[in-house]
Amino acid sequence: MHRFAKPSVFLKFTAPILPWLSVLTVILIAAGLYFSLIGSPVDYQQGHTVRIMYIHVPAAWMGLFCYVGMAICGAMSLIWKHPLADICARATAPVGATFTALCLITGSLWGEPMWGTWWVWDARLTSMLILLFLYLGYMALVNAFDDPERGSKAGSALALVGAVNVPIVKFSVDWWNTLHQPASIVRMDGPAIDPSMQLPLALMILGFTCYYLVVLILRVRLELNERRIRALHLSGMFDEHSTPAPPTEQSYDAGHNAEAKQ
Amino acid sequence: MSEFFSMGGYGSYIWASYGLTALAMIVLLIATLRGLRSSRIERDQLEAVLQSRRPRRTKKPQKAS
Repeated sequence: MHRFAKPSVFLKFTAPILPWLSVLTVILIAAGLYFSLIGSPVDYQQGHTVRIMYIHVPAAWMGLFCYVGMAICGAMSLIWKHPLADICARATAPVGATFTALCLITGSLWGEPMWGTWWVWDARLTSMLILLFLYLGYMALVNAFDDPERGSKAGSALALVGAVNVPIVKFSVDWWNTLHQPASIVRMDGPAIDPSMQLPLALMILGFTCYYLVVLILRVRLELNERRIRALHLSGMFDEHSTPAPPTEQSYDAGHNAEAKQ
Repeated sequence: MSEFFSMGGYGSYIWASYGLTALAMIVLLIATLRGLRSSRIERDQLEAVLQSRRPRRTKKPQKAS
């Protein structure tokens, strides 16, 4: 399995997928926007504000999905010291943080007209805010070390410890009395939501997920470039006073070759 | 048309949600693409200097055994 998880293999496999994934993202989000803004009915209680759901729920899904992905990558990075796992975790964090922030903002914009308040310190909202802080903490931590190895160790540990928050977010609406409504899509007795509203929701969730994959591929490339740059600098080739030594051509070299073909 | 934009009086909340989401997603994508481009340029420059300093090697450097 490790053989297939080399950065060079990742770049080779994702290069042909990227254009298709980008097109798919645009199509899914365009269709999702049509159905969420025009092609879906208004809610009998909430009126048009239900349309915020088609942004809010997919954003919340992405916030949790990205975090689970980041924690799994963190675990793989700690256990197998695999560079690609660490790179994927680092590439995922900004996307997850963005969607978590969007979930909180759109939730506020929905809460104001429907609940009469922008914010309450209840379980769901607070645990989601903690999720955002976990992302921000992870990003600050992995970049706080000169040695990326140490940064990734500390970051992976934080991501894993923070993973307890994920089930807390999910089940907070069942465990505590809260202003937030309980689950209506992923529940034991099937979705409790009308098919006309499920369609735009599903399109947006798929569209956001594809967007995440596109940004992930691009950010992994970015991270590989930066590691190559760091390796070249560390090799001493560019230091006038030291004797030139060949750069360490370890696993990151392959990233350069595959990238150059783009 | 104005009925569509007013969204039953909740237009400002709804359009703010959609607008901010679109903005954040586009900004993240553009920031990623710009970072990718500048990192590629810097890496290629370093690689070029590396090549020019070691003209003897035309193939990939062999690992010393």
